[in-house]
Amino acid sequence: MSARPAPAALDELDRRIINALQGGFPISDEPYREVAESLGTTEAELLARLERLLAAKVLTRFGPMFQIERLGGRFVLAAQAVPEDRFAEVTELVNALPEVAHNYRREHRLNMWFVLATETPDGIADATRRIEAATGLPVFAFPKLREFFVDMRLKA
Amino acid sequence: MTSPFPPDDLDRRLVIATQAGLPLVPRPYDLLAEQLGTSADEVKRRLAAMLETGRIRRIGAVPNHYAIGYTANGMSVWQIDPAVIDAVGERVGGLQSVTHCYRRPDHPPAWPYNLFAMVHGKSRAEVEAEVGRIATLIQAEFPGALGARDILFSTRILKKTGLRLGE
Repeated sequence: MSARPAPAALDELDRRIINALQGGFPISDEPYREVAESLGTTEAELLARLERLLAAKVLTRFGPMFQIERLGGRFVLAAQAVPEDRFAEVTELVNALPEVAHNYRREHRLNMWFVLATETPDGIADATRRIEAATGLPVFAFPKLREFFVDMRLKA
Repeated sequence: MTSPFPPDDLDRRLVIATQAGLPLVPRPYDLLAEQLGTSADEVKRRLAAMLETGRIRRIGAVPNHYAIGYTANGMSVWQIDPAVIDAVGERVGGLQSVTHCYRRPDHPPAWPYNLFAMVHGKSRAEVEAEVGRIATLIQAEFPGALGARDILFSTRILKKTGLRLGE
């Protein structure tokens, strides 16, 4: 179980790298060199900083972000109302499923919110049934009916 | 929607090779080509095609929002008249402070909300104020459309791995 990390100490170039790399990354022979030049730094410096930002978990990922539904898979948000005295036990049971991609504790009667990610649509119902059987608690499913245009970039 | 790709397809192997991240080397697409037994041109062509068809949203960095200072992470949830929910969703999703916006099923009476919008801020008060501004905006532009609303703050990350396709 991971607590939230503290805000990291980032210098000005780190912030410019994070902001620039949330946009499109080139599909070219030497993409890091191209990005480095546009930021006024060197390829070696950019690669070293990316390694450091990933190791420090300032970046959770760097690479292609797949739209899993278009690859045939499914992502479904789901929630449970977990009694306080069972919270740690249920967290372990839910997190044990490889289909659980993210899990957050939130302040509400529905206090555990997780994302089920499966390679096929059928996998969601199966994972839901296994969580209900393991925990004895109902799972409320919130499949997305429509995604509205969003800009996921956050300015560092 | 594109149908699931057949096993052994190069696209699928490319997803598996890059789902943990793009190689941090000067010529990353050459390295992937070597690993997959194909040419760098083919790797670049496949990635460009997946971007074109939306199977890749973008190639880039995903910051940990806590680490870059967005320590307050509120899931705002809204009960919106179904007759106008798509228009409201487009409006709310287009706001700078909203990083994800979805229409989802309600589960009345326990859960009356059908629109979800993630709002990130540097403090809980900032997120609450922003959600208040969004409520005012919805009421002004879509009179009578807004019922109940709430904000669910996350208090702990219990797991964060992302999807992994089987190797």
